Amino acid sequence: MTAVLEVSNLSKHYGGIAAVDGVTFEVFEGEILGIIGPNGSGKSTLFNCILGQASPSAGEVKLDGKPVTGMRPCDLNRHGVGRTFQMLQVFPALSVRENLILAGQEHQGTAVGRLFGRADAGLSATVERMIEFFRLTPVADLRAGGLSFGQQKLLDCAMAFMAGPRLVLLDEPAGGVNPTMLGSLGERLRALNAEHRATFVVIEHNMEFVMSLCTRILVLAEGKIIAEGPPEQVRRDPKVIEAYLGN
Amino acid sequence: MTLQRLAVPGAILAGIIALALAPYGLKNYGISILGLWAVTTIAAIGLNLTLGYAGQVSLAQGAFVGIGAYATAILMAKGVPFGATLLLSGLLCFAIGWLLGYPALRVQHHYLAFVTLAFATLAFLVFRNEQWLTGGIYGISGIRRPVILGWNTAPERAYFHFCLIMLVLVSGFVWWIVRSPWGRAFLALRENPVRAASLGVDTRRYTLMAFAIGAGIGGVAGALYAPLVTYIDPVPFALSFSLNLLLMVIVGGGGYFFGPFVGAMIAVLLPEWLRFAQGLYLVAYAAAVMVLLVFWPSGIMGILDRLLRPADPNQGAAR
Repeated sequence: MTAVLEVSNLSKHYGGIAAVDGVTFEVFEGEILGIIGPNGSGKSTLFNCILGQASPSAGEVKLDGKPVTGMRPCDLNRHGVGRTFQMLQVFPALSVRENLILAGQEHQGTAVGRLFGRADAGLSATVERMIEFFRLTPVADLRAGGLSFGQQKLLDCAMAFMAGPRLVLLDEPAGGVNPTMLGSLGERLRALNAEHRATFVVIEHNMEFVMSLCTRILVLAEGKIIAEGPPEQVRRDPKVIEAYLGN
Repeated sequence: MTLQRLAVPGAILAGIIALALAPYGLKNYGISILGLWAVTTIAAIGLNLTLGYAGQVSLAQGAFVGIGAYATAILMAKGVPFGATLLLSGLLCFAIGWLLGYPALRVQHHYLAFVTLAFATLAFLVFRNEQWLTGGIYGISGIRRPVILGWNTAPERAYFHFCLIMLVLVSGFVWWIVRSPWGRAFLALRENPVRAASLGVDTRRYTLMAFAIGAGIGGVAGALYAPLVTYIDPVPFALSFSLNLLLMVIVGGGGYFFGPFVGAMIAVLLPEWLRFAQGLYLVAYAAAVMVLLVFWPSGIMGILDRLLRPADPNQGAAR
């Protein structure tokens, strides 16, 4: 199997505190990797270091074998890496359609070409497909700020997929989503993985969701990997139980 | 539906015709005030792009108008045709605006405001102290109004019409930008730069472009201002002018296309209409601005937007 993402000895220190401490792992093509861990275990910091939103203190990140450590988030996106954030990050004043166009437009031609090109950046067909795929058709013309929380989560995910990324990092996609919408979200992610071989890394607190979605789980505690393996194995690991429940 | 779609272009066309006819009922002074409104609106449109659409605070727009005005006055005195000076003034301010955008990559909000304020002060000092270039406190006089393709714009009415044409052209240019993918990227930069970057928006380039285009439009406004008043000195380009332009954008409605038109009308035309109130005008103006910004921070266009679309709050924004 080919490693899409390679993280080697990645560390991030804030003063004397190691938020991420020598983390090493790989993500393979077509895989859905889950990252779990108690609050403050360094999951989001790890994401931010991989995605160029924070500079790692040490270590290396490779995408398709090429080093991308410290690369700007916009450049990483152009290299085929999409992401969602822990908090909702849609543009509330724009309609669902406009949010999706924005999410894909920077991948269409040159900056000057976009200025002289069509207002929809030639993305209408892709946007319609994405709206249909994420079942957002009834709300496509509404302002994103007026959607329910669950619909905004779907839109947030749809935006991460607009540019057809090879790798998507999802930060707590299930957070605050009701069970019905959560089922829909999980089903859409599985479909993307099955139909398009999309590769995912998912940070999640919802154990049921992450265990049913992911093929492999990596557990972080105090910035270090304490367990790694298939969901059933991780669920029974004494170190994981201790990290979550204490002694 | 068709009538609704034609309403806005129809209203814009009616507005342009009304403005074109307005000087026929006015004396020279009134026409020159209208010309000043057109030029100030152009400067405010540039600032609206930088601040209103892209969310980058700038207290330097007045300085760019000054740079454009001085560049035009100096170049025309050396025999450069007005068309070329107009273009060069815009390009010069575009280049300086691009450079001024670099601090915005490191600092934001009030820190950025102070950086641009320092630039405005520096530009004013150059206008006032570099007498060999700018004429210092004595300024530059005898700036001629141009003859454009055989059209002599020396009469007050003709120059106003020329400024109006330029206002229409600049407005069309900015309308085109804000309706293009660039406009959407500017909005993303203003609303959430971190998310924008994660979607591939090069926030560095768009920040610099927002400053540069806004400054370039300021330079064009300056190039029109110099022949409008035919004499320039440093005083009109002091920091207070930049603050006034900022007020126009905010009172009119930052991020609304027609905000600068309304804001400039209030700042330039209203004082003339309320001359009879003398000093009381400023008191009323200041009180009205405070009330407006406390209760309706989206400005006058924000109020109109809410009044005109009360039943459909979820509809996608097109401002």
